Amino acid sequence: MVTEKEVLILIPAFNEQDRIGEVIAGVRRTLPGVLILVVNDGSTDRTAQVSLASGAIVITHPFNLGVGAALQTGYKYSVQRGFKYVVQLDGDGQHPAEYLSVFLSRLNETEADLIIGSRFLHGYGRSGSFFRRMGNATFAKILSFLIREKLTDPTSGYRALKQTILQFCIQDMYGFDYPDADFLLTVHRAGFHIEEIPFEVQARSGGVSQHAGLAPIYYIIKMCLSLFIILLRKRKL
Amino acid sequence: MPFRLKFFVIAVGFIILVGIVDLVRRRKLKEEYSFIWLIIGLTFVLLALNADFLASLSDMVGIAVPVNTLFFMALIFIFLLCLYFSLRISALTTQVKNLAQRLAMLQAEYPNNAESGERR
Repeated sequence: MVTEKEVLILIPAFNEQDRIGEVIAGVRRTLPGVLILVVNDGSTDRTAQVSLASGAIVITHPFNLGVGAALQTGYKYSVQRGFKYVVQLDGDGQHPAEYLSVFLSRLNETEADLIIGSRFLHGYGRSGSFFRRMGNATFAKILSFLIREKLTDPTSGYRALKQTILQFCIQDMYGFDYPDADFLLTVHRAGFHIEEIPFEVQARSGGVSQHAGLAPIYYIIKMCLSLFIILLRKRKL
Repeated sequence: MPFRLKFFVIAVGFIILVGIVDLVRRRKLKEEYSFIWLIIGLTFVLLALNADFLASLSDMVGIAVPVNTLFFMALIFIFLLCLYFSLRISALTTQVKNLAQRLAMLQAEYPNNAESGERR
């Protein structure tokens, strides 16, 4: 059985002062004894202070490194401290903490090294704008084709990772700006198993998404290039 | 190659060479990076001095006017330099990320030491 002491809850956050406190409180309500780590990715607001006041451990990047690097900082911390599992969720309140216990019980049962909370396991009709849903569905189809397994939500940030995959993610080869489809293809080719569990997303209550403005165009081009390059690399890393 | 152009290319090549050596002497430029610039400057001086070689090189690759070979080589050099710097920046990006992560973790572990270190 997975105990709370073996689990690190990882929350990457950038300028989330208005939402991070409630996210931490939600985690506390579901798993009172668990350690919560907020990686404050160079926020210019009071994200770090609010997180500390809410009872989380805070690691603050000296400047903004991106969500991929923020997650890796958390992975490095968890390996250093000997945690067996990491469950990560966004700091903007879109990932309901009630599902944490579902992740924990699934970690206990499954052989998979990585569990993804999917918003779309029961169809693409619910979350986000039309273009975002379409983009997500397209990358999910491409990824599913490449790995010969069905995955529906490669951009979900609600994930649980076992120690095996954490050791892999702390290496220098982990250079993902957004650890989405390219990350999943890389870990699958490295021999790790991935599975999805469904969850209902909560509406974002303010703040700026990492995929705002012109960023989606850059994201699509970069992700396509990234997937192509990964296919040219050796399978085992 | 016209004499004036030849003189001009040689003069520019020498200025680059002297400038690069001076930058290294004043420790503004590391030897590692000066090497590639020195090769470029030296190549241009030698090519301008040896017009026959430049002509035969142009003939070999099918360029009608030898001076265009100089321009073409200049473009190739600049392209290679940019590529080299992109490689260096990629490596430095990883190093900076690792350093920032390490610093952030140490500051979280020893907050008082980090503050006194900043005040010093």
